[in-house]
Amino acid sequence: MRKTLFESMTRGPLTEPPPAPDEAGLAELAQSVNRAARAKLGRSLSIRHVDAGSCNGCELELHALSNAFYDLERFGLRFVASPRHADVLTVTGPVTKNMREALKRTYDAMPDPKWVVAIGACAVDGGLFAASDVVEGGVKDVLPVDLHIRGCPPSPTELLKGLIALLERAA
Amino acid sequence: MKLTRTIVTEEGWNQASDRLANGGLTLLGLWGDAPCVYMALLDEATAEILVLSYACRDGAYPSVGARHPPAIRLERTIRDLHKLNAAGAVDTRPWLDHGGAPYAFLPAEGEGLHQIAVGPVHAGIIEPGHFRFTANGEHIVRVEQRLGYVHKGIEALMSGATLDDAAKLAARTSGDSTVAYTYAFALAAEAALQIAPPPRAVYLRALMAELERLANHFGDIGAICNDASFALMHTQTGILRERTLRAAELCFGHRLMMDVIVPGGVIHDLAADGPARLEELLSEIRRAFPPLVELYDNTASLQDRTVTTGIVKPDYARQYGAGGYVGRASGRNFDARRAVGYEPYSHLAFKVPVLDAGDVNARIWIRIREVEQSLALIDQILSLLPTGEIQTAIQANGKACEGLGLVEAFRGDVLVWLRLDASGQVARCHLRDASWFQWPLLETAIKDNIVADFPLCNKSFNCSYSGHDL
Repeated sequence: MRKTLFESMTRGPLTEPPPAPDEAGLAELAQSVNRAARAKLGRSLSIRHVDAGSCNGCELELHALSNAFYDLERFGLRFVASPRHADVLTVTGPVTKNMREALKRTYDAMPDPKWVVAIGACAVDGGLFAASDVVEGGVKDVLPVDLHIRGCPPSPTELLKGLIALLERAA
Repeated sequence: MKLTRTIVTEEGWNQASDRLANGGLTLLGLWGDAPCVYMALLDEATAEILVLSYACRDGAYPSVGARHPPAIRLERTIRDLHKLNAAGAVDTRPWLDHGGAPYAFLPAEGEGLHQIAVGPVHAGIIEPGHFRFTANGEHIVRVEQRLGYVHKGIEALMSGATLDDAAKLAARTSGDSTVAYTYAFALAAEAALQIAPPPRAVYLRALMAELERLANHFGDIGAICNDASFALMHTQTGILRERTLRAAELCFGHRLMMDVIVPGGVIHDLAADGPARLEELLSEIRRAFPPLVELYDNTASLQDRTVTTGIVKPDYARQYGAGGYVGRASGRNFDARRAVGYEPYSHLAFKVPVLDAGDVNARIWIRIREVEQSLALIDQILSLLPTGEIQTAIQANGKACEGLGLVEAFRGDVLVWLRLDASGQVARCHLRDASWFQWPLLETAIKDNIVADFPLCNKSFNCSYSGHDL
């Protein structure tokens, strides 16, 4: 173990320079984020994630944000275990009928101010599953959404661009 | 794939149930296509797959689950989705349909027992599902799963869809196995239409399947250790996973290689510099992975958590036909790549690792050994890769037809059964994830373990919620 740790110290970090914030994301956020909230949060946001019906592809890329290459926490962004600790709710998937209630309860458990980020093509409008009888639709059909990050699934870089845009506007 | 469907009477259906119950056959799938129910069976001795269909009488068929418990959840699903009842069923609660009365969990009685309700929203970035623990202090006496939260109606959306649209739905059945699902779907469609993809596509499919297996094994080996608070392993295997996904994107244009395999072939040829990129990837893995394996093997505090934790009994693995590392860590020597031998695997040399201990440690070792096998397979695929076309045109053959595909995903065998109508549209498609026969074994594995070891056991299974909930 010491050898591996020592190697990591001498090889230099794998972490890559951050991407620029997503322009479309900045524009979408301009309307939803106010100055007072920004002052309170101090450039740090806690994220609670809910899979509301995803195929788990988006979850794989959300996980990748924490690997050595993307290192999400350097931006002051971190995933937390409880909605009570969260400023941001990320939601993936079309919202299924079976997850609607759990999603709403998670949102309701979060303190204000709070933002909702819908992640992936399904979260925008239900995607390929929009026509299903057991799907409610996109996240906006259940919760107020502040930012959409598109892609199937969005790559970690696209996720970072969106979340950095949120950080620019919100915190 | 060799497929014989037999239309059976009640007697034939019950005989099949009896042969399942006495271990002569393994259940591969059980699904509805109203007014019929279908059962896919595997004869492990001959590797022959049989599909039976039974025309329900008054919306009912003789219960398979009453004689063979692995069928119970499948029967509950058939009732929810197709309104067909299993006569004589032992468990008639709904499964994917959450619309009715509050769910009645199975009771556990005894002194000092309490319940812990977990989910559907979990603490980490994982899929939703509910676990109801009954424990005495830290010791679990029963855990019962309640799934279906991510039920999206995939099979219903497929009925009436074009082959292209249905392939996209198949690709999103379980995102971590998107290659395996599109692979199995393509095999089923090609079997139904009796066409063959070009040889180059056959090898490219296997290349993608092995890259997907590597990426998932890396991610999960680290994540299991992380659930034992050994973060170093998670970080290091996370780097290997990311390198694998980046190579996949350079080679095939998508990190998860989604929608690349289609019926008839593949739509993205290996990039010109793909072989060189893959050689780089393989040599980096061969440099970085062995020290991590050594680290895992020599860290006593980690072994203390994984050895003898969450044991799946070999009898259960056999009875449930558990696929993947769950079955192979508990003595079940089955790998669809070997047993069914679809192309190109019948031309490739690889070992199927099997262990008997059945604990978290054994499941990790199976994955470590499979990483080594996948590396060797990629070497062979690159050296044997034929030149030429990558896609054969698909044409409806003017009559209704059926096909089946069975592909070894990283977590076990994925079964796709497909019925096309005369115009070539999907009439009915059934997708069965390996998780169907692994989730119930997680309930058995956790008994008598402590609550704190549940995440570790769960991660060592890493069953799919989406692949199960459909």
